[in-house]
Order: sequence, then structure tokens, then C-alpha cells
Amino acid sequence: MIEAITDSGERREMTINMGPQHPSTHGVLRLELVLDGEVVKHVKPHIGYLHRCFEKYAEQMDDYAKVIPYTDRMDYVSAMNQEHGYVLAVERMLELEVPERVEYIRVIMAELQRIASHLLGIGAFGLDLGAFTPFLYLFIEREKILDIFEKASGARLLYNYMAVAGLMRDVHPEFKDEVADFVKTFRPKIKELDDLLSYNKIFVRRTANIGVLPVKVALNYAASGPVLRGSGFKWDLRKNDPYSIYDRFDFDIPVGSGEMGSLGDCWDRYIVRVKEMEQSLRIIEQALDGMPDEGDVMAAIPKRIRPKEGELYVRTESPRGELGYYIVSDKSASPFRVKARAPSFVHLSMLPAISKGALIADIVAIVGSIDIVLGEVDR
Amino acid sequence: MVEAFKNSWITFKSIFIGMGITIRHFFGKSVTLQYPDERPVLPNNARAKLYVNIDDCIGCNLCARACPVNCIYIDTVPSTSDVDLGKTSTGNPKRFWLTRFDIDMAKCMYCDLCVHPCPTNCIYMVSEYEYSEFNRTNLIYHFSNLEPAMVAEVKEKAANEAAEKQRQREEMMRKKAEEAKMKQIEAKKQAEEKNDGEKGSEPSKKENGDS
Amino acid sequence: MTQYLLNINPIAILVHAAIPLTIILVYALVAIWAERKVAGFIQDRLGPMRVGGWHGWAQSIADLLKLIQKEDIIPADSSRFLFKFAPFMMFAASYAAFAVIPFSSSYIGSNINIGVFYLLAVTSVLTLSIIMAGWASNNKWSLLGGMRSAAQLVSYEVPTIATVLTVIVVTGSLNLMTITEMQSGNDILGFLPNWLIFQNPFLLVAFVIFFISILAESHRVPFDLPESESELVAGYQTEYSGMRWAMFMLAEYADMLLLSLLGATLFFGGWNSPFGEFMSGPFWSFFWFMLKGLLLVFVMMWIRWTLPRYRVDQLMYICWSILIPLSFINLVLVALWEVIF
Ligand code: SF4
Ligand code: SF4
Repeated sequence: MIEAITDSGERREMTINMGPQHPSTHGVLRLELVLDGEVVKHVKPHIGYLHRCFEKYAEQMDDYAKVIPYTDRMDYVSAMNQEHGYVLAVERMLELEVPERVEYIRVIMAELQRIASHLLGIGAFGLDLGAFTPFLYLFIEREKILDIFEKASGARLLYNYMAVAGLMRDVHPEFKDEVADFVKTFRPKIKELDDLLSYNKIFVRRTANIGVLPVKVALNYAASGPVLRGSGFKWDLRKNDPYSIYDRFDFDIPVGSGEMGSLGDCWDRYIVRVKEMEQSLRIIEQALDGMPDEGDVMAAIPKRIRPKEGELYVRTESPRGELGYYIVSDKSASPFRVKARAPSFVHLSMLPAISKGALIADIVAIVGSIDIVLGEVDR
Repeated sequence: MVEAFKNSWITFKSIFIGMGITIRHFFGKSVTLQYPDERPVLPNNARAKLYVNIDDCIGCNLCARACPVNCIYIDTVPSTSDVDLGKTSTGNPKRFWLTRFDIDMAKCMYCDLCVHPCPTNCIYMVSEYEYSEFNRTNLIYHFSNLEPAMVAEVKEKAANEAAEKQRQREEMMRKKAEEAKMKQIEAKKQAEEKNDGEKGSEPSKKENGDS
Repeated sequence: MTQYLLNINPIAILVHAAIPLTIILVYALVAIWAERKVAGFIQDRLGPMRVGGWHGWAQSIADLLKLIQKEDIIPADSSRFLFKFAPFMMFAASYAAFAVIPFSSSYIGSNINIGVFYLLAVTSVLTLSIIMAGWASNNKWSLLGGMRSAAQLVSYEVPTIATVLTVIVVTGSLNLMTITEMQSGNDILGFLPNWLIFQNPFLLVAFVIFFISILAESHRVPFDLPESESELVAGYQTEYSGMRWAMFMLAEYADMLLLSLLGATLFFGGWNSPFGEFMSGPFWSFFWFMLKGLLLVFVMMWIRWTLPRYRVDQLMYICWSILIPLSFINLVLVALWEVIF
């Protein structure tokens, strides 16, 4: 370091290590920054600090059901969505129909989880920019969702709630009322968030025109989810490739519009998440109306499931983007191969492309705006 | 210039709106639960700790096999014929002494997968969540209620009975073998006799055939 | 000179040194606790609740005891002397400035005629100590924090001084005691106190600029860049721990109080009671003075727990292309107003 100062201008660059124990790298991400003053010349993400061999573990399990708890632990802030993708994949392998009620409950859970995940993502993004208070306000709301989940599944974070062909257990009797209640109380909070953070001028100045991701680059990097939609591309697997019963619901796909700066900047990605929460509320309301009150939560399947030999790829829309499971079966009771396509990993790879010439503070904003979860990046 | 003033005005306005919200919360109610004084009430089905009602366990090992992280350790010894272990409350007959039923809660990931396959519903999650320990080995819960002496006794008994059975089986085997041998010999004899008879009659047949 | 030195009464010096120090220390303990409480209430939490019974009032004391016991870690490749020295220098700078603050109608540490000038000069040493801490730590984050704060403090000193100048234009004195005395009485519109902020609409603008600049000077949100935890870990404090870190904390809070008190003196009538003669006197004047200062401190806390922070270039932009021109234009306008009315 002393070199960098005293070399009288010959070496103007300074390499600095951001993470793995940095407050705003969302876990254990390490970024290698090459700085000129505070301007970032080059950024290189180093990953793998949280690698837990998800794929290898999945091959080791002697039952398809035993993989589900491990999918929870990939993206631990949206465990329901991870499970949903996996059970859908296995069910499609088995060519199984699940009861109506199960589908509805799954959709409600997945959408609640999407809201919870966005709440965390938005809050942490604000935290990265120095706004501590909105983070905790959002956590109060997230806590309410977790309470509903806890009552239904018994766990607060890693639910293992969806099972192949159904659910591990039925929801509690007050489930519908509680969810409806939450929907009602949550709407005003979005308004409050808009006032406190989204349209706060300082926040806008920190995020608009920063980390601009043109739609072309986004597509080239295979971005998906809010990151792609923030660049103005209307792409949502719930609409474009409907799975489960998403084709029954009426909702919009919010996209970024470059309202505050240029299209595809951090603010656009942020506001897409905020608007998506409203759409999720709409889906939940419709699902609550359509959900049958009585019914089984488990289709009849053999104790040990042995799918036909073959392979398939099933993709779902997780809060972070396209979450895909590629499963190969060799007709035994344990999967031959399970590969997860994790959106966070894909999005993190774009970081060098969109953060050239940014300041350190912008790097923090960009990392926050692509909303990665390191558990999913490293798996 | 005008632009700059407008911007400053918007900035100030948004700051004041934000400050209005925070001051409202400042005088609002807090959501804190003062933990050791007030405890959150977990729902009944909360998954916080495993419990095994050992009286109902039939030692079928299904839970251990369902566990993805292999943190349930079960050793069983078959009961001897002189003791009847009774039935579980669900009516399943018990056939095994559970000499060891340990669950390593430090390893457990609270996934609930062991709970569902149990035929007698005797392994389940309870909502007790305050069980941290200074020593990790204390998190291995021993559910088996057999005393070590009892374990030894049962093991010995079982071994004896097994040995007895083995002996009996061997005896039986030997008997069987002997019988089989006898039978064989007899069969041989008979066959020989028959053969003899047949041999004797054969030429006549031939003769018959020839004629 | 020798004659002068011989005349000094050591006990008087001690007393004069001890009074501001006690005020600072008590204030720092209370303010750190209050900051956490304010943060807690704003965020729908409770803040510290355990130590000492009622609302955890002894939390700061417990923290202080903990910090005293901590190991004094000095990074191996640091510049040892500067590293050890920086926190004390920082505290000394803000402590020394308290000498010219008129705490009450009958107490001021040193009633010198260049009070304001002295105060601004002494506090600029803060910058130096922060650079010192940042550089001596031999840590890249610290260095960045030090550089940022140097740029920030030097820049924001300009609008601060420009707005202080507007007050001096009106009062015609650099002595804080005199400035305060000029603001006593309730004559404006018949009932409002004679505080400078009510005397002249442009002084209100001056106060807004002054307040924004002191937010930056004492690096509070939204200008807390030197120690912004989500970017620079802890800025220049990254390598500090234990008592030295506590010194930084103390100096920072002292600085906050100092600038708030300066604001109270310059714009809000210092120790003057808002009710004219009612509730005045040496003790009450101390009470009013502290109340005004602490109210400003509270507003600073309130802002901190509401807003995100600016980026470093935006901070500079605000200073050099908005606040500085505005403050100088304002200075001229205030002077014109004084000439006309
Ligand atoms: S809860 Fe899961 S991890 Fe724990 S013992 Fe049961 S099956 Fe194993
Ligand atoms: S599944 Fe139930 S009965 Fe079988 S060993 Fe486990 S606890 Fe005992």
C-alpha cells in the first residue's frame, strides 16, 4: 500500500480486497477491486466460500425426497421457491397430477416467499446505501410472512414443506384468514416504503444511472428475473412458460422504464422488485379466492419413487430469476444427476461488465441491486 | 440555476417526508419481544427439537433410513421368547429391545423427514427451542431407557437365545441332514433293489421285445 | 510572558479544564445511549434495555468498561506512534474548542475576542488527526476513509465559515459571549426572542446551510462517508479497537455537540431563555443552552436514522456547486438587509 502512495504516480492503481468479511457483500463474496483513487478499474468476483456440494449430495441421497431439504439451503431466503422448482421437476418426471388444493397452497406459499425475499433484497439494498431504518421496517413485514410459514410448516427459514406429489402437511385452519389479513396490511407498507426510500431523492441519486445493464448485455449473459426485467425486457416464466397453475391468474409483469435515469440502472432493478410485490399480492388474492377449502394434500405415490429413465429440465421463476433443475434419472431410487441453474450465479458473472468505471460506493449499490444470495451462487 | 433550485426543493421535500415517517414510528409502538422475560409462543407444530416416545418405538429403523444426514443411530436386540415386550399404544407388537436410540441434534437439520415414515408416530418434533449446550456431545440425545446392566443382560440373553437357536438350528440341520442321508441311503437301497429287480426282468423284456 | 505565566492560578486552570471535560464525558455517555434509543424507537425497536434497570440507562457505562478492558491491538506494519497518537489528537481538538463556548450567562472557559475564529481554527485539526489515523493504520480501507474525510472536512469548512461570517456581519463581533448577549430580549413581533434566526430571513437560509455543513463536518448521515460501514468497513477506524476506538467515538460525539452548540449560540440565542427574563439566571441559562444544543443533536440523530448516504462525488458537488455559492450570495444579501433595515 505504501508503495502505491510513494511511487510518485508511476503506480496509480491499488488492488483492494472487498470481502469475504465485508459488511455489504451479502454473505461471503470476495471482490477483487483494482482502484484508481476511488474509481474501480476492474472487479473480479471470487466465489466458493459457501460451497456445500449440493449437486453431489443430491446424487448421494437414496431417495428423491431427501434432496428437498438441500434445495432449501441453496437460496435460503426463498426456500419455498427452491422447493417448488424441485418438486415440480420430479413430478414432471413421474408424470404426476397433484390435487388442486396443493397447487393453490403451493402458489400462495411461493408468492408469499417471493414477497419475503424481495423485502430482504430491497432492505439490504437500502442498507448498503446507508438507509438502515427501511431495512428494519421491511423486516417487520417479513416476520409476519415467516409467522404464517411457521404455523403451516413448523419452520421459519428452511421449510421442507413441499413434498413430491403434495405437501408435507396441511396448512393450519386459520391460514386463509391470516394470509388475507397480511395482504390487507401489507399494501400501505409499500406506499410507506415508496415515501421513505424509493422516491427519496438521495436514494434516487445513489441508484439512478448506476450499473446500467443494457438489455442486450443482459440477454447475452442470460440474465433473468428482476435483473432482466429491470432492463425493460418483459420476461417472466410465470407468464412466458407457465408452470403449476400460474396460467389461471391475472397479473402484470412490471418492467423497468428508466424513469429516474437510464434504462436498466440500479433504481430500475429496485423498483421492479417493489412493483413485483404488488403483483404477488394480486396473485395471492386470486389464489385465496380459488383455493378449495377441503381436500387431500398428497397424491397417492409409491413409497419409493423411481422415475423412468431419462432427463429433463424444469425452470421456474424464483425471486431472483430463472431457477432451473436439470435431473437425470437412471431408474433407481436416487437421482443420477441433479444440476441447479442458479440465477444469482449468472447475475454475479455480469458484475465486471456493468461496474467498470464505477466508484466503490457504486459497486456496493450494484451488488445490492442484483440481489444475490451467496448460498445459491456457491451451492 | 432554476433546475438546481427545483432539485434542491425536491430533495428537501423527500427528506421531510421521510423524516415525517420516521418520527411517526418514533412515537409508535415497538415490536420487540424482550426475549428472556417474554418468550415467543411457537405454534404446536413448530420444528424445534426431536422427541422420541421410546415406549412406542418398535425399532423398525425407518426413521434412521429416512434421515438425509444420518443422525439417528438405532441399535436393536431381538427380544427373547420368554419376555413379551407388549404392544405400542397404536397396537403394533414390539419385537426388539432398543439398546441404543441416539439422535445427534447438532447434526440434525430439522427437516421433518424422519417423522413421517414412523409407523407408530412415536418420533416427532416438539416446540422447545432453548436447549443450547456448551459441549457439543451433550446435544446427542439418548432416548433408549435401558440401563447399561439391562442392556448387557438383554444382549446376553439374546445372544444366549441366538446361540440356543443356532444350536437348535444346527441340531435340526444335523437331524435333517441325517434324515436326508438316511433317506438317501434308503432311496439308494430301494433303487438298488429296484435296479436288481429290473435287471432281472430286463432280459425277459428284451426277450419279450425280441419275440 | 513570564509574568503572565506566574500569574496563572493552577487551580483555576484545573477547574476551567474540568468543567467542559465533565460536560463532554457525561454528554458522550448519554448521547451514545440516546442515539441507540432514538435508533431503536425510530425502527420500532426498544434499543438497549438490560443494563442498569430503567431503559438500560447504564449501557454506555458498561460498554465503556468493556472497551477499557480490551486488548490494545496495533497492526504490525502500522506507523506506531501516529497510530497511537491520532485518537488523542482528535479528541484534544474538539475538547480545546469547548474553551470558547459560553455555557451559561456566567461561565465561559475563555472569554477571548476571537472566539469564533479560534473555534474554527482548532477544529480543523480534526481533519489532520483523521488523515493521520487513516494513513498510520496501513490498511487500504482506512486510507480511503482518511482521504475521503480530508476532502470532505476541508471542503465543508468553507460553507461553514461563510455562514458563520453572515452572523458576524450582523453582530459585528467574534466573541461568542458578546454574540449571545446581543440576542437577549423578546422584541421581534412583540413576543419572539431576539434570536438571530428570527431577525433576518436570510439568516434562516444561512442556518440551513450551516446545519447541512455541520452534518458533513461531524460526518453524520447523509454525509458519513469517512466511516460508511457498507462501503469502507469502518473507514479510518477500521484498525482501531478498545480504548483508542472509544476515543474516536468520544471525539466524534464531542464534535457533534460542539458544532450543535455553536449553531445554538450563533442562531438560537445561546443561553438566552426563550421567555425573556422568565427562567433566566446562570443555572437556567445553562439549561436552555444545553437544551438547544441537544435538540440539534437529536435532529442530527433523527436524520441519521432516516436517510441513505450520499456518494463521495455528490458530496463534493453539493458543497462546491451549491452550498458555497449559495452561502456567499447569502452573505451579501444578509449584509444588504442589514444596511437597508
Ligand atoms: S429431522 Fe431430518 S435431519 Fe433431523 S433427524 Fe429427522 S430426518 Fe434427520
Ligand atoms: S420409525 Fe418410529 S418406530 Fe421405527 S425406529 Fe423410528 S421411532 Fe421407532
